[in-house]
Amino acid sequence: MRYLCIVYADERAFDTMSEGDLADLDEASLANDEELRQSGHLILAQALQPVASATTVRVRNGRMSATDGPFAETTEQVGGFVFLEARDLNEAIQIAGRMPMAKVGSIEVRPELDLVKKVRDRHAASDLPRA
Amino acid sequence: MTRADAARERGVREQIDAIYRTESRVVLATLIRLLGDFDLAEEAVQDAFLAATDQWPGDGMPKNPRAWLISAGRFKAIDRLRRRARFDAALGELATRLDQEVPDPAELDREQIADDRLRLIFTCCHPALAPDAQVAMTMREVCGLTTEEIARAFLTSPPTIAQRIVRAKSKIRLAHIPYEVPEQADLPVRLEPVLRVVYLVFNEGYAASSGESLTRPDISGEAIRLGRLLAELLPEPETEGLLALMLLHESRRVARASSTGDLVLLPDQDRTLWDRGLIAEGLALAECALSAADVGPYAIQAAIAAVHAAASTAAATDWGRIVTLYDRLLVADPSPVVALNRSVAVTMRDGPVAGLRLVDALLAQGDLADYQLAHSVRADLLRRLGQATASRAAYERALELARSEPERRFLEKRIADLSEAELPSD
Repeated sequence: MRYLCIVYADERAFDTMSEGDLADLDEASLANDEELRQSGHLILAQALQPVASATTVRVRNGRMSATDGPFAETTEQVGGFVFLEARDLNEAIQIAGRMPMAKVGSIEVRPELDLVKKVRDRHAASDLPRA
Repeated sequence: MTRADAARERGVREQIDAIYRTESRVVLATLIRLLGDFDLAEEAVQDAFLAATDQWPGDGMPKNPRAWLISAGRFKAIDRLRRRARFDAALGELATRLDQEVPDPAELDREQIADDRLRLIFTCCHPALAPDAQVAMTMREVCGLTTEEIARAFLTSPPTIAQRIVRAKSKIRLAHIPYEVPEQADLPVRLEPVLRVVYLVFNEGYAASSGESLTRPDISGEAIRLGRLLAELLPEPETEGLLALMLLHESRRVARASSTGDLVLLPDQDRTLWDRGLIAEGLALAECALSAADVGPYAIQAAIAAVHAAASTAAATDWGRIVTLYDRLLVADPSPVVALNRSVAVTMRDGPVAGLRLVDALLAQGDLADYQLAHSVRADLLRRLGQATASRAAYERALELARSEPERRFLEKRIADLSEAELPSD
């Protein structure tokens, strides 16, 4: 089972941290990624630039628009993600709980949706003879 | 059919009803593990009991009804999957796998059955489920109450409860919440929501938060049954502490309400009405729980209830001991409500001036501003200090916040008594 761990944090929290603490946090995060790679759990991990650098794209009525934002009303923004393989939710929660960023922000643990299987099953069902 | 046959069949049907009450949840817990799906297992339980009603009166009772039911449930589930496989090929594969890989339930031993019951409880109370869904799932799946009964207990509508259960089951499936008992290292963290759910169910029955009646014995009875099951399957100090706490509270149920259904406070209760059997059982458990190396909040609360239970009169209560226990409880569970209860114990030990100082300080912190009991405690202290006007204002604030009818009547009577006392006597 694959889970995406989405890392949320209040970006302003980083402003109040000392250079030394920031450096420690970055290195602890990299070390944690490496540990997960060694144990075979890690699929992909990536930190992201601040939300101020984000652009939101949507298509409405056939027209594409790209706008600045999101302007988060919420206090926490997405700061990165870790995509991992885990036995079940309990193991995924254990892994998320060991992420250094869990001490600063919060980690949303989301199970993958196998879209390929979903589409294949839908086709298979429509091909079956009706009773 | 002879009359003797008919009587025998009726006897078997009654036995099936009795077995349904005691065994349907046990059978369900094991079938969820074997089949890997809550809904499929629930259907299988119903199918298995239908089959029993069909076959047992003619064939006679099986030697091991539980194993028979689990076995029948598994076959019926595989059957159902095969029939549905006409529309969904994946279900056919699942049916074949279950048929080949799932061991014969007749081999199950008692320990596995007990583990399945714990798996069910821990899954229903998984912290990844919403707290109100944990309660609904536990009452539905572990206690076997209907959605209507759960809705009545929590004064909400059956569709609301049904929706919480559907959402919880869907999250269990989609997020792969495993059907397992936590490892020893995770037990303290995972046990906490389980105990919270059981105690919440108990309190809903013991101090009905709203409605006409003061208590609902059927609901607290369910919680005590759950508490007994937990203490038996998982004899940890906190499970024993929680059971002791519930038994000691339950022992006072009859004395808590007057003949007209009004609330009677602890000092005014007729102690001859207390249930001595429950007290003896609760005291033994509380003592055991408190002697453990790592004492938790339920064991300490049970110890406090035990001090009350041991006192022959309200005046004979060892308040010094109760204050000491509250000091320990504040360390284990630092909450403003615990601090409020401690201030009541301090009042009993040192008098209303000391108590009022603590209550005022607590209210000034703000957390208890909308907590009815904080205001009625304060009102009572002011009344005892002769400050009638301030006392009445505090009772009125408590009345605004009170939700159950007997509580409201109690507060209204106190306000009326105060107004009478305020009238000029000459």
